[in-house]
Amino acid sequence: MTHYLDFEKPLAEIEGKAEELRAMARANKEMDIEKEAAALDRKARDMLADLYKKLTPWRKCQVARHPERPHCRDYIDALFTEYMPLAGDRNFADDHAVLGGVARFDDKPVVVIGHEKGHDTQSRITHNFGMARPEGYRKAVRLMDMADRFGLPVVTLVDTPGAYPGKGAEERGQSEAIARSTEKCLQIGVPLVSVVIGEGGSGGAVAFATANRVAMLEHSVYSVISPEGCASILWKDSEKMREAAEALRLTAQDLLQLGVCDRVIPEPMGGAHRDRKATIDAVGKAIGVMLKDLSAMDGKALVTARRKKFLAMGSKGLAA
Amino acid sequence: MNWITNYVRPRINSIFSRRETPENLWSKCDSCGTMLFHREISDNLNVCTNCGHHMHITPRDRFHALFDGGIFKEVAVPEPLPDPLHFRDQKRYPDRMRAAQKQTGEKEAMLVGIGEIGRTPIVAVAQDFSFMGGSMGMYVGNAIIAAAEEAVRLGRPLILFSAAGGARMQEGILSLMQMPRTTVAVQMLKEAGLPYIVVLTHPTTGGVTASYAMLGDVQIAEPNALICFAGPRVIEQTIREKLPEGFQRAEYLLEHGMLDRVIDRRKMRDELIVLTRLLMKMPPPVWGELPAPGDAAPPGQAPAQP
Ligand SMILES: [Zn+2]
Repeated sequence: MTHYLDFEKPLAEIEGKAEELRAMARANKEMDIEKEAAALDRKARDMLADLYKKLTPWRKCQVARHPERPHCRDYIDALFTEYMPLAGDRNFADDHAVLGGVARFDDKPVVVIGHEKGHDTQSRITHNFGMARPEGYRKAVRLMDMADRFGLPVVTLVDTPGAYPGKGAEERGQSEAIARSTEKCLQIGVPLVSVVIGEGGSGGAVAFATANRVAMLEHSVYSVISPEGCASILWKDSEKMREAAEALRLTAQDLLQLGVCDRVIPEPMGGAHRDRKATIDAVGKAIGVMLKDLSAMDGKALVTARRKKFLAMGSKGLAA
Repeated sequence: MNWITNYVRPRINSIFSRRETPENLWSKCDSCGTMLFHREISDNLNVCTNCGHHMHITPRDRFHALFDGGIFKEVAVPEPLPDPLHFRDQKRYPDRMRAAQKQTGEKEAMLVGIGEIGRTPIVAVAQDFSFMGGSMGMYVGNAIIAAAEEAVRLGRPLILFSAAGGARMQEGILSLMQMPRTTVAVQMLKEAGLPYIVVLTHPTTGGVTASYAMLGDVQIAEPNALICFAGPRVIEQTIREKLPEGFQRAEYLLEHGMLDRVIDRRKMRDELIVLTRLLMKMPPPVWGELPAPGDAAPPGQAPAQP
């Protein structure tokens, strides 16, 4: 059962009709519906292409949040071998919103860290919808330190609505934990590459994405604030999220122009969730290329280049 | 022992703070409601003499009170692109900027100054909450980087006074990128072996707290300052329960191990003098009414580090 987004409703109707026809034909062998069903398929395909050719920024947010989109764990399972999860911040807890550990990528040992949103009610609760607490960032700092010590490249997968706004999280220093994670990203003398696979929500994303190379999936977003949050502050109306999404310039395409994103990874027609395997393969390829790009640089050069990259950010704006 | 002989901060400073204050105007403390003379307020660095409530203070007024003789040199901040995203909500971003500039008389939300406090050379940078909520955009980032570069060039400690509602949404992702950018600035100081002291003032929230404002060698806050990542309203909406008294206030953070000290603004200058001199391995300060620094000051009043 596909989960359709609100703007996909006409598409859902056509695909539903085609499915109905085929169900009827299965029940009654006399019926010849194939021609009709094939026409509906064609129509659906055209409509899908049309819808996704020019997704508005708000629709991209919806696609980026699609519940069937591949999540961190899916990428780890498919792209990494010998993944050994490592847990805990050695202080308070293990935050399940952040996955991380050692593994092999292209047969070479790496450290992989990412936000996990979960895929059903139970796992979403377990992973707190990808909203990390301080322990998640402190675990990431610990893993990055380890990577640095053993000379392992770090791959981060970003997919979070933002850091968790909770009482305990604040008491245990949410802001300090995020600041330390960003700081660590800037310190480690190993290649650091990052892929925004869904939502890059504010400081919670920066804490992992302060990388030598940042790639974004075609319909992923990365923003200082959610469109809903921005709308409620600047428009005093959270229903103005479409306008806010437009104004914030949060799409991979805009961020590429601004130099915040280094490469855009194309998604299958109709979004990552319509062909998870193709999406995961494309992300794997991009990680491989980015790591290869950095492989000749020594630790000092990597740190210097990373700092220079972020210091220079903001020197180019968007075309009018 | 006359390497330090002089400063007249209290005298000169009161001239500065009084210069535009009408003599007989009253204002109400927004915490206890006491009517206070404007002059009484400015003489007390905008702290209520009745209840101790810390009202906002502009970076310029703060610097006049902080630096010896109220004298500091303003550091030029590189100008960022004015409106990189062509941002428009209900108003255009350039229009909001012009309104803020007109209202505050300042160019942007950050002021960088170099000077001396108790004859201790420092660089200071202060955020202006009255300028678009002190929000962190590219200018604020540039100011912190410029301040750190000055501190490294001169071999001085950096003291940062934060005050912001968070990132400047009108600069979108580029405001978010000030988190890593300012973190690089903090790293420059640390690598140069220079103290970085943060004074958190009301309010310091969002991406500002989650970057340069939480990375100090020493973390000080003004009393009752709201300091948080997510604001109390957002948290209440998320967890649907009432938050405890004083939640996310300076004293609460101190109790939870997130701060070193909570200090009354009127005692802040003396604290900062002692602290910076200790960390810079300088001799103890000499307290008292002394002539203003400048050409007349005797040489060697700021001994180099051993
Ligand atoms: Zn009062």
